[in-house]
Amino acid sequence: MEKLLEVKNLEVSFQTYGGEVKAVRGVSFDLHKGETLAIVGESGSGKSVTSQTIMKLIPMPPGKIKGGQILFNGEDIVKKTDKQMEKIRGKEISMIFQDPMTSLNPTMKIGRQIMEVLTKHQNMSTSTAKERAVELLRLVGIPMPEKRVIQYPHEFSGGMRQRAMIAIALAANPKLLIADEPTTALDVTIQAQILELMKDLQSKMDTSIIFITHDLGVVANVADRVAVMYAGQIVEMGTVDEVFYDPRHPYTWGLLASMPSLDNDDKSELAAIPGTPPDLIHPPKGDAFAARNQYAMAIDFEEEPPMFQISETHFAKTWLLHPDAPKVEPPEAVKRRMRKLASTFEKPVLVQEGKS
Amino acid sequence: MAEKLIEIKNLKQYFNVGRPNLVKAVDGVTFDIYKGETLGLVGESGCGKSTTGRTIIRLYDATAGEVFFDGENVHGKKSAKELKKFNRKMQMIFQDPYASLNPRMTVADIIAEGIDIHGLAKTRKERMERVYELLETVGLNKEHANRYPHEFSGGQRQRIGIARALAVEPEFIIADEPISALDVSIQAQVVNLMKKLQREKGLTYLFIAHDLSMVKYISDRIGVMYYGKLVEIAPAEDLYKNPLHPYTKSLLSAIPIPDPESERTRKRITYNPSVHNYGDNEDVTMREISPGHFVLCSAKEFEQYKQQYR
Repeated sequence: MEKLLEVKNLEVSFQTYGGEVKAVRGVSFDLHKGETLAIVGESGSGKSVTSQTIMKLIPMPPGKIKGGQILFNGEDIVKKTDKQMEKIRGKEISMIFQDPMTSLNPTMKIGRQIMEVLTKHQNMSTSTAKERAVELLRLVGIPMPEKRVIQYPHEFSGGMRQRAMIAIALAANPKLLIADEPTTALDVTIQAQILELMKDLQSKMDTSIIFITHDLGVVANVADRVAVMYAGQIVEMGTVDEVFYDPRHPYTWGLLASMPSLDNDDKSELAAIPGTPPDLIHPPKGDAFAARNQYAMAIDFEEEPPMFQISETHFAKTWLLHPDAPKVEPPEAVKRRMRKLASTFEKPVLVQEGKS
Repeated sequence: MAEKLIEIKNLKQYFNVGRPNLVKAVDGVTFDIYKGETLGLVGESGCGKSTTGRTIIRLYDATAGEVFFDGENVHGKKSAKELKKFNRKMQMIFQDPYASLNPRMTVADIIAEGIDIHGLAKTRKERMERVYELLETVGLNKEHANRYPHEFSGGQRQRIGIARALAVEPEFIIADEPISALDVSIQAQVVNLMKKLQREKGLTYLFIAHDLSMVKYISDRIGVMYYGKLVEIAPAEDLYKNPLHPYTKSLLSAIPIPDPESERTRKRITYNPSVHNYGDNEDVTMREISPGHFVLCSAKEFEQYKQQYR
């Protein structure tokens, strides 16, 4: 498959009064054409900063890309100037935000906001853009688009606003769509509709999607591949089946175990992850998750674990996969979902630096 | 079952009464809450679940209907003394841990506010001891007492909110989306804490939320609301195994499950209120299908539901 996006060893920091916050600490992943990659993690894990850096939306200063590359279609975005980025934003890469009320312009009619993209990036005339705007609203499932196109955002409900935002994002047929918690503010029934809509549009337009969320249910629904982030790093990455049925990192175990399952009647205590995420001004020595990890070993407090490869597509950053590590049992709730997957290597392989 | 702690009878809460933009936020809701149980209340935003909670605790004056707490009516004319008595027995935990704590008060003062109002501590020392004890109960520690809310994370703030509610030793706590604003790993911590407190202090909860998997986990019984009406109420297990009202079915079918395989095969059911097609003189009320399982239906639907029920 063709690679659309390659992020290599990305490091992003913010300069604050308290010191330098290392929000993203060496993130690498790639994204193929037409695929959906879900990035999961808690608030502060760096998932939003990673995605905003791809669009270069982080304010600089205080933000700074300290290192790494973002290759989009083979070109490095990190080196691009603001002027060059304007040609890419909205046209090649576009974004859907969490809160549709604050990310739409309240003083502009919905139609105008869609037309803005079309006239700027596709050089459409006002009249053709107007027609296209109506078409786009129909495409995203808004009833009576002819009337809706001349309404303001406040006249739309939450779900309809999110649809309008998707229409704006897709107006210029972008190759990459970044969706930052697009359904978090919506009700479950509306959320299901929006997710179906996004999948449907993706199959029609062959867009690649980076989907950021903290809801593992949503991940299972939309993702082809999953990256789990913790404290500015990807700790586990694999196909959706690998991450849900054969997770290897204790943080992924913790996330999966802390969710109650609908179909079991178990009323025993939820396996909460104790403590809170680390302070990224002074990232801890060794494994950032060690302090909250019941499986932590002495080395976790000393040295940062390397990436281990479990299958062609499955990676995890934990010392537990080292040949010398003791064998541990994941929590009960995780063991129930474990399955043997055909693609798994016989033994985890250490990933050499600079290659992944 | 155990004795009733709260009885809610035909509760109505209308806004903008007498004006053209009348909103029937809660429109004739009847249910009971038993001592020591957790009743979950679910529904979409705008269905009136939060308004129901707020009306029960008298943050709003009910338009019609009654709320009985231990046999006494909560609404209606009350002297300041009587009101104070109710306020001590009923407490609330709010959704947004950022907006519900006064940023200009220290944690100790926030928690002790109820203690001061109700005169539960005689000396300064006793007051502080009580605060320390409460902080420990909710998993924080002594040193946190003199800090301000902005120094805490979302999960910690929600713990402070819980400590504040517990300060006056209430019997009944209304938790309005207490975990919606928190991260997944922190949600489990707060839910575990609430369950532990219930076991230790025999508390009764009304747990309002839209995250159905968490509601099922914490609740003994669950009520489903739609457009200001309670459409179904049943024991938690029963509701998930045998949803009867079409709205409940659609709501359950929309929950994303963290399991890729079941997500691939999922069939979503949509709810169309016109399926009921109620006639003008049909009597649409809550009817009991099986013990403890009530559904809002007409006499004809009642027969259908009874057959569906396994």
